[in-house]
Amino acid sequence: MANLKIQSLSLQIENKILCHDLSVQIGENERWGLLGKNGAGKTTLLHALIGQRHADQGSIQLDGNSVYDLKQRELASKVGILFQQGIEALPATVFETVMLGRHPHTQSLLWDDQKDIEIAESALAAFDLDQLKERAVDTLSGGELQRLALAMLLAQTPQLFLLDEPSNHLDVAFQVKLLSVLTNKVAETSASLIMATHDINLAFRFCENVILLLEGGESLVGRSVDVLTEKNLSHAYGCPIKSVSSGKHRLFYPT
Amino acid sequence: MIAQKQILLLISLTVFSVASIAFSLLSGSVDITVAQLAESIFSSEPSLNSQVLQEIRVPRTLAAFVTGGLLALAGAIMQVLLRNPLADPYILGISGGAAVGALSAILVGATGFWLSNAAFAGALFSIFLVFGIANKFGNWSVTRLLLTGVVVSAGWGAVINILLTTSSTNNVQSMLFWLMGDLSQSSVNPAHYLLLLIGLVGGLAVSRSLNVLIRGELLAVSLGVNVQSLRLLLFFSASVFTATAVTIAGSVGFVGLIIPHMLRLVGARDHRILIPSCVLLGGSFLVLADSLARTLIAPQQLPVGVVTAVIGVPAFILILRSTIRK
Repeated sequence: MANLKIQSLSLQIENKILCHDLSVQIGENERWGLLGKNGAGKTTLLHALIGQRHADQGSIQLDGNSVYDLKQRELASKVGILFQQGIEALPATVFETVMLGRHPHTQSLLWDDQKDIEIAESALAAFDLDQLKERAVDTLSGGELQRLALAMLLAQTPQLFLLDEPSNHLDVAFQVKLLSVLTNKVAETSASLIMATHDINLAFRFCENVILLLEGGESLVGRSVDVLTEKNLSHAYGCPIKSVSSGKHRLFYPT
Repeated sequence: MIAQKQILLLISLTVFSVASIAFSLLSGSVDITVAQLAESIFSSEPSLNSQVLQEIRVPRTLAAFVTGGLLALAGAIMQVLLRNPLADPYILGISGGAAVGALSAILVGATGFWLSNAAFAGALFSIFLVFGIANKFGNWSVTRLLLTGVVVSAGWGAVINILLTTSSTNNVQSMLFWLMGDLSQSSVNPAHYLLLLIGLVGGLAVSRSLNVLIRGELLAVSLGVNVQSLRLLLFFSASVFTATAVTIAGSVGFVGLIIPHMLRLVGARDHRILIPSCVLLGGSFLVLADSLARTLIAPQQLPVGVVTAVIGVPAFILILRSTIRK
């Protein structure tokens, strides 16, 4: 259970204002999309949420404590992030790598807890990697690496999932699989999730709320059905975007 | 996960260490048999053998073990800190500073105690110089640390060359021995053993964090590692280990670079295994190299640094080849 409260947050890089006076409150079992064009500040905002980017103004609080005051390990036991770069292909096995996700929770200095091993194994299984357990990471394909990074995040058992371009390198089947695994996990553990993505359709399908970052630090925050409109998106991306609806689905495309 | 295979590795390295120490105690100009070695360990009667052992071979063997252990440990730590496979204990100029200290001491005729202290002072000066420059603006990055270290190291290299070219032939001989690494003048004291022990225990205590840090800074942060303070700890501890090792034995090359790599190649990637393995293999490797340095062309002695390279290069290439074939 996590409660994230962003209040009047301003972030800037050099002189460029990425977001200005952003206020969002994210409660348990909520899935949020984070959209905006290249360089709009999606990644910067995610990094601020794990205390790795200084806030120029405003505050970010997790369960009432500022993320800048929390101990690194305590923060990591509650908030997990999937980085855009994924993980590096170093000579290590898949299982060794997914076990790193348990790092913020480990009790013993030297020995692996059976519980940690089981959590790591089920995280691998969730992304169909259990057959590759002993494979060297540097022999994996791009998609397998991305699934491994996701499994590692799952093994971290965070209460708040932050995902930066989670669908990178994944084929459509795994994109859908990823979404269902994460949806179930969020529901099961009363967690919450913020996903930065370029894929408007994925965000619409998967997240009931969105933060849409606009030019000049403005942002639109609200329910996806309200925020993700042709007008708002065309404005945000600076190119005309149309949509077609079919039942509950809505599909966006640039013209 | 610590697999049985890795426990087996630790056990065999322990056996190897004991064997190398025994080998070192048995080799030298006075022939001592295994039976005599056992006898002089277990009996308190003074004899020529026990005198040779206690006064010459035991101190020298232990000096080799401690030096090798510290160098391999420092190398493994530097490789994580700088995230660079080419990193070794000397890459940040610590040995250069120590060398300038030691060579200056040789130049003015100092030996023993003063030589060691001059080397240690040079190493410490270099550590703070590098860190001071890299940290000038309050935010030191690994790249900056590496660049500063390499540049400072090159500077020391120039000073070393000046000292070598302007010194008398007699001094140059001692200087070259020091530069290549030499255990014939070495003495160790309890503080050195203690430092190796602290390195081992401390290394084990942060080994999980090292496993994460080697995967990248950002990832380590996101998994709860306090990267800033861990890095400071790694930099200063590896520096002190290196400074101590070069003070004992001069700049013995190669141990700090290849021992951690060899161990990683045979599967000890997890630092919970790698750290103790480095101490054991680094120590026993230098003990063996020094035994050979003393005996290969006896009664003359080779600088141990030459032997480490002569054994180390082919051994490393063999292991590299055998792991590629898999």
